[in-house]
Amino acid sequence: MKKAPTQSRRQFLQKAALGGALAGTVSLPILANADKLKFPDDLPEWMRAPGGEFGNYGQPSKHEQQVIRWISANPAAPGNGVSWTPLHDLQGTITPNGLHYERHHNGVPQIDPAQHILLIDGLVEKALSFDVESLMRYPMVSRTCFIECGGNSNSGWRSNPIQSQAGYAHGLVSNAEWTGIPLKHLLKEAGIKTSAKWVIAEGADAAALNISIPLEKLLDDALLALYQNGERLRPENGYPMRLVLPGWEGILNVKWLRQLRLTDEPIMSRDETSQYTELMPDGTARQFTFINEAKSLITSPSLGMMLPDNPGIYQISGLAWSGRGKITRVEISADGGDSWVDAELQGPILDKAFTRFNLPWHWQGEYAILQSRATDETGYVQPTREALIENRGKHGFFHYNAIISWEITEEGDINHVYGF
Amino acid sequence: MSMVSRTFITTLLLFVSSQLFADSDYQALGKPADVLSQQAQWNLSIAPDGKSLPQGKGLAAQGKQIFALKCAACHGPEGIGASADPLVGEVGSLTSEYPEKTVNSYWPYATTLFDYIRRSMPINAPFSLTADEVYALSAYILSQDDIIAADFELNEKTLPRVTMPNRDGFTAYYPNKQ
Repeated sequence: MKKAPTQSRRQFLQKAALGGALAGTVSLPILANADKLKFPDDLPEWMRAPGGEFGNYGQPSKHEQQVIRWISANPAAPGNGVSWTPLHDLQGTITPNGLHYERHHNGVPQIDPAQHILLIDGLVEKALSFDVESLMRYPMVSRTCFIECGGNSNSGWRSNPIQSQAGYAHGLVSNAEWTGIPLKHLLKEAGIKTSAKWVIAEGADAAALNISIPLEKLLDDALLALYQNGERLRPENGYPMRLVLPGWEGILNVKWLRQLRLTDEPIMSRDETSQYTELMPDGTARQFTFINEAKSLITSPSLGMMLPDNPGIYQISGLAWSGRGKITRVEISADGGDSWVDAELQGPILDKAFTRFNLPWHWQGEYAILQSRATDETGYVQPTREALIENRGKHGFFHYNAIISWEITEEGDINHVYGF
Repeated sequence: MSMVSRTFITTLLLFVSSQLFADSDYQALGKPADVLSQQAQWNLSIAPDGKSLPQGKGLAAQGKQIFALKCAACHGPEGIGASADPLVGEVGSLTSEYPEKTVNSYWPYATTLFDYIRRSMPINAPFSLTADEVYALSAYILSQDDIIAADFELNEKTLPRVTMPNRDGFTAYYPNKQ
């Protein structure tokens, strides 16, 4: 390693003397101060030696190495699984790109953008292909929104509450600023036939994932995203291009998008029949339940932390989001839902995006159950787990959005519970 | 500044801006792709009507041999167990205390089975199976629960006509109930 030039003591003294002379003061006190710095042991080492080298791409501090996605994959097929965003270790509302949750069906493809095209065909006036270079010339817009896997929080259906940290049970949701081309531009360029009602999206991964999306969503607020939080998409988030459908479940936000085929009927692919459908108690299943309903999660204090001071003041903080619009209210309970207090919503409150909520809490050592309850602008209120199961049974598996409860023991330990 | 020169500058600015800013928001850059659209690699999705099914045929007995070789490691020798989701059995279990969503108990269309095997299985070598092999594997899985007879030939004509046990088990929430 090249040694960085250090300033000699003589140079340092000369500069000090010059500074003293220019300021028109006597030089003696300054020299005396400099002498004190011969013994700088009270200063931390990073103030007494030059810091590290520049980096071409910044990385988190080595002291933050525990802040990672937690990977849960099938050992027999390691490309098939999920990784969870550590929501309990993050603040604000934007998920860093390296921590955005993942769901892969057969690994992360390493796509050469020069060999990738998007084909728009089917019920259009003229089938069109777009290469990446051309797409970069289209007008782009940016919007911040969450993407949530339809299977997020599905451990909530189990009989016993899972003892995982907040993000590792509920972190198949992340929030980013996506930049890309409104899809309506590209669809209109191809010319939409009046018989077109659905669009079959297909990805260029080794699962060639295909799924049906209502055309009207693509004409509404859908993006062909090329950038995430200001930089080009990461391979694990769909490089070079993906769909972003604000508020609609993750599976529809097809990564590595290669084709949009307009049709009159849905294709009935595996991921809209076998998966992402919700089995009801009468044995029938809900299909095409696209929207992620309102949900909230206290990220701090939460499982894996503890309350060190008794009594003490703690900042209750968490995230709320709704696939139907803006969050209008988050209430906090410390007694398992008997009484509620409004939390402060941190602005800006964006449509179909994470909203951070905060509330200081004066804990005096009592047994407590902390809960948060979100309301969105349609008036929808996040349900209790009891109400969710009453409504949808125990085998729905997808779209679990019930109130989440953290038990605070009198010792200040935190556990996941299902309420009193 | 005189009125005349002000008007002149305004006119000049308008002239310049019409040169700089486009009338349309963007230039249409899509390339005609009618030929591409007809090619097999852009026609992977198979609807319940089966129109995009490739020509081919297969029997359950052939499928059983392929299954043992290429599928059993993850799906178990009989299509149950090992690391992957169970494929067969549990027909009629959806209203029970412990429902099992297998291909045969839950999937509404046999075309989906062909579509999914062809595009993503075996997981270590997607797109490596021939159409005949995919028909044979589909026949093997479906025949395990007598959805088709053991000697029934699956091909591009017969596969879309297979009626799955849970064909009518789904309620579409979009667009009516969203």
